[in-house]
Parts: sequence; structure tokens; C-alpha cells
Amino acid sequence: MDSLVIAGRAYSSRLLVGTGKYKDFEQTRAAVEASGANIVTVAIRRTNIGQNPNEPSLLDALPPSRFTILPNTAGCYSAQDAVRTLRLARELLDGHSLVKLEVLGDPHTLYPNVIETLSAAQTLVKEGFQVMVYTSDDPIIAKQLEEIGCVAVMPLASLIGSGMGILNPWNLQIIIGEAKVPVLVDAGVGTASDAAIAMELGCDGVLMNTAIAAAKDPVLMASAMKKAVEAGREAYLAGRMPKKLYSASPSSPTGGVIAPAKDKAA
Amino acid sequence: MISLTVNGEPRRFEAPLTAAQLIARLELTGKRVALERNGEIVPRGQFEQQQLSDGDSVEIVVAVGGG
Repeated sequence: MDSLVIAGRAYSSRLLVGTGKYKDFEQTRAAVEASGANIVTVAIRRTNIGQNPNEPSLLDALPPSRFTILPNTAGCYSAQDAVRTLRLARELLDGHSLVKLEVLGDPHTLYPNVIETLSAAQTLVKEGFQVMVYTSDDPIIAKQLEEIGCVAVMPLASLIGSGMGILNPWNLQIIIGEAKVPVLVDAGVGTASDAAIAMELGCDGVLMNTAIAAAKDPVLMASAMKKAVEAGREAYLAGRMPKKLYSASPSSPTGGVIAPAKDKAA
Repeated sequence: MISLTVNGEPRRFEAPLTAAQLIARLELTGKRVALERNGEIVPRGQFEQQQLSDGDSVEIVVAVGGG
């Protein structure tokens, strides 16, 4: 069984999905089911006070007994806020320590602030969190996050919500080549081929939200992403043929070809 | 009379109350929530004992959809 192992725990799916931007919890659940994901990210937000107390909750639609809930710090712009958010998340999820750290630096681009990210990672690892960390595709920062003790490094393919795909496969290859912890592409995947390429590069997994949620048919896209991640993984394991401009080596035998036709005009 | 800031909103209560009583007043009893008082986590097991004081800032959070 080719499982994704994070912090000593094995997962059958290498696709991790977010739960934001869906029409309702029913659609969220249907898309998550179709994706086959074991790990789903959630955000931590202030509860709506004074609204319908019987309003359904996300964790009713996606029960922690069935899914590994990965609380994230999306929306945090400082190490301190990210750490506070995850302390709340750990309390909310009964001591669950696997978390996604993400500290942003700019509300327009949502580009990560790696300095705050490094600082938050240090605090969280000391406090016993198992940190999967979102970062830029800078190989030096990725290595430093691993050395701090993060259990997975998650560089962006391109900016959050952009759907621009993998803009710098070379940096991702360097990160993958150097890492001793799982490397997951997080953010920027737009369609199935992007996810397949990430896996073919040797990524251990892919985390996405908008690519599925913003598709015209999110449930169908979730199914496509599942197949793309599986196909990309298998292609990576199979080892692709080398690329060359031409081969002079046809796929069919060169011998035994029937006699060339006589020239009728002769 | 005490004043609290709950999720950024000022709120007044006629008498001091515990975290558990605040949760009840907000109709959140039994809901999966986490609570922070002045930047520090209050574990769920301590809601009954945790007294809230005038001027405290309280954050009450839940899990919502997100990437």
C-alpha cells in the first residue's frame, strides 16, 4: 500500500482538500467524499452570537471520527495570531495536534510571510503541535521549516486562489530533493493536470480548495482531482521515459515489413 | 454590573459570571466551541470554575469552512 505518512500516521489519499467557498455543507460533504480525501482543512472563526442556535456546524457535516480535521490559520498575518488560533483549534478538537500553519504577508496577493511563519513554527513545535506548514517555494526556507521540526512542508504552486498552476517546477524539485519530510503542494492548483504534474514531480501530496470549490461542478472536479493525484503518483513511481527531440526507434518492429509496392508507372 | 468584550462586541451583565454561564447566556451550551480569555485558552473542563471579570476580553470560536 502506497500511503502518505505524516507524523507517523498513514493516509490512503494523497489529496488534501479545503472546505471553504462551497454553496452549503451538503455540497462541501459531497465534494469531500468525491475527492477521497482523508485530511480536510477547516478555519477557526468567531462564532456568530445571537444567530440561530440550531444552525448546523461544519463538524456535523464532516465528523472528526471519519476525517482528519486539519485546522488552519488562514487569515492570520502575525506569528502571534497564528499561534493563538491553533491553541484554540487544539482545544476545539479535543487535543488534536496536527495543524496547518499559514501566515500571510499581504491581503492582495495572499503571499506568505515566511519570517512570521518561521517564528510561529518554532513556538508551535515547542508546544507539541505537529505542524504542516504553508510556505513560499524558497528551498532554503523550506529546509529551515523542516529543521525547526515541521512534519510536512507545503510550498505554493502559485498564489492562493489563483488557479495558475505550477509556476516554478524547478524550485519544487529542489525542495523535494532536499526534504526528509513530506512535501505537499498547497495553493495554486487550477485543474487536474496541475495536480498530476505536482505528483509527477515527486510531491508527496497536494492540498487544494478553490480548484474544486470554484469549478462549475465542484463534485465532478473533486473526482477529477482524485484521479489526477493518483495518476500523477503512479507515473512518478513508474518512472517516466526520458525526453528527447526524436528517437529513430519506432514502437513497431523494423523487420518483416511487406515488400514495397512496384512503381506502376514503370 | 460587569462589562465584557465578547468576540469584539461590548456586552454588559448584571452580575459577575463564569465562562460556562456566559456560554449558556449566548445559547452555545453543548456546542463545540473553544474559548480564550484575555489571550489565554480556557480549557472546556474549566468553564464551570473560570470566573470572568469586569473588562475581560473573550473570544469564542468554532470550526468553519476554509482552505
